[in-house]
Amino acid sequence: MEVSININGTQQTHDVEPRTLLVQYIREHAGLTGTNIGCDTSSCGACSIHLNGEAVKSCTILAAQADGEEIKTIEGMADADGTLHPMQQAFMENHGLQCGYCTPGMVMAATSLLDENPNPSEEDVRLGLEGNLCRCTGYHNIVKSVLAAASV
Amino acid sequence: MTVIDNQTASNESIAAGNGVVGQRILRKEDPVLLTGEAVYTNDMVVPGALYMAVLRSPHAHATISSIDTSAALALPGVHSVYTGADMADQWAAPMPCAWPVTDDMKNPAHYPLAISKVAYVGDGVACVLAETDSIAHDAIELIDVNYDVHSAVIDLESALSDNVVIHDELGTNASYTWPLLIEENDGDCQKAIDEAAFVVSERYVQQRLIPMAMEPRAVVAMPQPFGGDMTLYSATQVPHILKVMTALTLGIPEHQLRVVCPAVGGGFGSKLDVYAEELLCVQLARTLKVPVRWNEERSENALATVHGRGQIQDIELAADADGRLTGMRVRLTADMGAYLQLVTPGIPLFGAFLYAGVYKLPKAYDFSCTGVFTTMTPTDAYRGAGRPEATYAIEHAMDALARKVGIDPLELRRRNFIPKESYPYEAFTGLVYDSGDHDKAASIAESLLDYAGLRARQDEQNIPGSTKRLGVGVSTYFEMCGLAPSRVLASLNYSAGGWESATVRVLPTSKIQVVTGTAPHGQGHETAWSMIAADRFGVDPADVDVLHSDTAIAPLGLDTYGSRSLPVGGVALTMACDKVIDKARQIAAHQMEANEEDLEFSGGTFRVAGSPDREMPLAAIAFEAFTAHNLPEGLEPNLEAQVTYDPPNFSWPFGTHMCAVEIDTETGNVELLQYVAVDDCGNKVNPLIVDGQVHGGVVQGIGQALYEEARYDDDGNLQSSTLAEYLVPAASDVPPITLGESVTPSPGNPLGVKGVGEAGTIGAAPCVMNAVVDALSGLGVQDIQMPASPLNVWNAIQQAQANHQETNQ
Repeated sequence: MEVSININGTQQTHDVEPRTLLVQYIREHAGLTGTNIGCDTSSCGACSIHLNGEAVKSCTILAAQADGEEIKTIEGMADADGTLHPMQQAFMENHGLQCGYCTPGMVMAATSLLDENPNPSEEDVRLGLEGNLCRCTGYHNIVKSVLAAASV
Repeated sequence: MTVIDNQTASNESIAAGNGVVGQRILRKEDPVLLTGEAVYTNDMVVPGALYMAVLRSPHAHATISSIDTSAALALPGVHSVYTGADMADQWAAPMPCAWPVTDDMKNPAHYPLAISKVAYVGDGVACVLAETDSIAHDAIELIDVNYDVHSAVIDLESALSDNVVIHDELGTNASYTWPLLIEENDGDCQKAIDEAAFVVSERYVQQRLIPMAMEPRAVVAMPQPFGGDMTLYSATQVPHILKVMTALTLGIPEHQLRVVCPAVGGGFGSKLDVYAEELLCVQLARTLKVPVRWNEERSENALATVHGRGQIQDIELAADADGRLTGMRVRLTADMGAYLQLVTPGIPLFGAFLYAGVYKLPKAYDFSCTGVFTTMTPTDAYRGAGRPEATYAIEHAMDALARKVGIDPLELRRRNFIPKESYPYEAFTGLVYDSGDHDKAASIAESLLDYAGLRARQDEQNIPGSTKRLGVGVSTYFEMCGLAPSRVLASLNYSAGGWESATVRVLPTSKIQVVTGTAPHGQGHETAWSMIAADRFGVDPADVDVLHSDTAIAPLGLDTYGSRSLPVGGVALTMACDKVIDKARQIAAHQMEANEEDLEFSGGTFRVAGSPDREMPLAAIAFEAFTAHNLPEGLEPNLEAQVTYDPPNFSWPFGTHMCAVEIDTETGNVELLQYVAVDDCGNKVNPLIVDGQVHGGVVQGIGQALYEEARYDDDGNLQSSTLAEYLVPAASDVPPITLGESVTPSPGNPLGVKGVGEAGTIGAAPCVMNAVVDALSGLGVQDIQMPASPLNVWNAIQQAQANHQETNQ
């Protein structure tokens, strides 16, 4: 079946199997491999992206369900001139990443969290990110990054 | 004392050049990782590759009676199907175990696909190659296997009874027994126990853990059939070890094999191995002359990637009337799982030397470990590898001793600390600890936690009838890092050395290239190694490039594990820099017609002492070295040096962790209120990275204490094979972590560094569990099995109350 999605501002149309998950579509059809896959139970959040401006785990929906919608992936976050998104910059300045595998999903979830709650408490951040797992940082510097981004 | 979390990092204020080591510099790894530009193995685009999927045994212990692959082969898009029997004659050797810990260790032949018998749920039985990953996975469902099912062997002690023998050819489930008996001069273990004022006998169970690096494993084998070469891309921590072992296992000439790790998403020891899927992909790509790739799914990872821990620890402490340790006996029963992977049998032995922690112990020590086969996923290295287990046992037993002696657990520890004046200190095992200041680390933690305040609050809060009980936990540790002096490894029967290699080149335009044999997968070596070279040469870290994780570019190396990269690889780098600087000095002296000993080198420039106008910058020397027009007689062109460094000793990081918990006695829920870690890893190259390592390590230790467990049912089925069932802590499960600063340089290497990758994990599990038991000991709870889940805690409280009522009747 044919699926047409606006990805990071560009309309793309691909022929996919009906069972194709949105994350597979993003990685295999749109060729954007910044969105990672970390589990098979929608537990880890590594594949978080923005669908119509809100963070979703892209393994929880089919590509077909996103037909006609707009999505943003980690590749769409920095400006064209290479300036990092404030959230990316905050993660860098606060050492909010180590191996980087959870990072794209974490950045997408965190920006969406701040859209909903621009002045979160530390606890708000911890609860807001509980669907995104990280095995390297112990979350300490991730939380610090998000709070720093909120104060920009 | 400093709380170091408030310091910010920025590259704007960083002074380039000498003095860059020790500054909080932002990581150069981050931009590619933050933007999705990084390429992990699974991200590689490989035209023409066949996708492999592996059919795994659903039984823990069974004989394969028949396999029918016809339906899978008939599925459109399937290229081929292979069973273990089909490939049996293709292996030059079984899968490698590099650590035969005893001469009589039993090690069953282990092949990438089981040939006639399976020994755990997840053991590979057959594999499919297909045009897409989905088709390959569809096809494995169509393979029909008949099994003759045998009893599973899950319990370690019943495994030792040999009622059901897993590997018939061995005749037993016991792999080895490794003793370490030290009784000389001031020590005799049994005598110490007989004569002790206090004896503590405890049994602890180290539950099995699943490492769960966020990136599952992935492999791409890329043949070059006419050129005769093979490139193996793998999400591994050990490209160099993997290359040697793949060459030996498959009979590939080593010079025709190249191993590359693209970006690697965490390892924690689980990617320190040689895996069936790596060997299958290479062998099939070699035979079929097309690229073959495999991506591990998460639930497959839980079965097919090694587990960690898995030990029963029996520990006996003997102490005098003041609580000072006089002897110790340790008996371990260690779960090997179904087969011995790369270093499986050696893992518990790493702990053998650390059971006395940071305490003085006479040579009255008796340790023995028995490795046991079970029908579960093989175990192997997991963050700390033997050392967290040892630390847990001594630290948890010290709390039990403190209760027996009737003194505060921190006071008991202080009475036993090795005093800082004693360093370097020859320990009961004969190993020499490089440096330590335990009282300082403990005092910093004590103050950051407000230990005395919490104890007072505890007296007020833990009154009869209270349902919210406060607990305070303390743990200290010594860690044996910087793996490892090759001669010590030889004495432990390990099959390889522990050196590390570094090459430094100053390019014609004076940019610096560092080639390291370490293989980072999140640790930030590109940043830290740039800083070391920049510091040595007096240049900007941005002018240094670090090459790694590709055996064609960095042919010599022993990779990243065991907190070794900095104390071994970083030291090799320092020495290589100095060798290049020595050569540059010869060129500078020649060109400026000065004596070498009159030259000063700082800020990237050689100056003649006393003649400030006579100077030559590194850039000019590099170009002279490149053109070779005017070099000293006999000196080779170019500025390059390679150093292989074999450390003379381990490095010994140490520290104190403290925490406070509140337990709801009605639900069994443990809330971690506060966590303080003081980890002394010697000098720090980049404190920003050090902090991150400790944070992450602490949370993995908290995970073992409170959340994580690989649970098996009696039939050997893993019941926690997904991230929905295996509880990796989330942000909302853990508190912020307060770090205290203590720096005691190692005198053992020119950087004064010790290593920090595993420290947090080592300190954390006993710290949290000591707090949990501390909260509940007033209710009669003696101990709680990890993880201290609400159910385990609630059961322990109920049991203690039942015992109490029984006693009163």
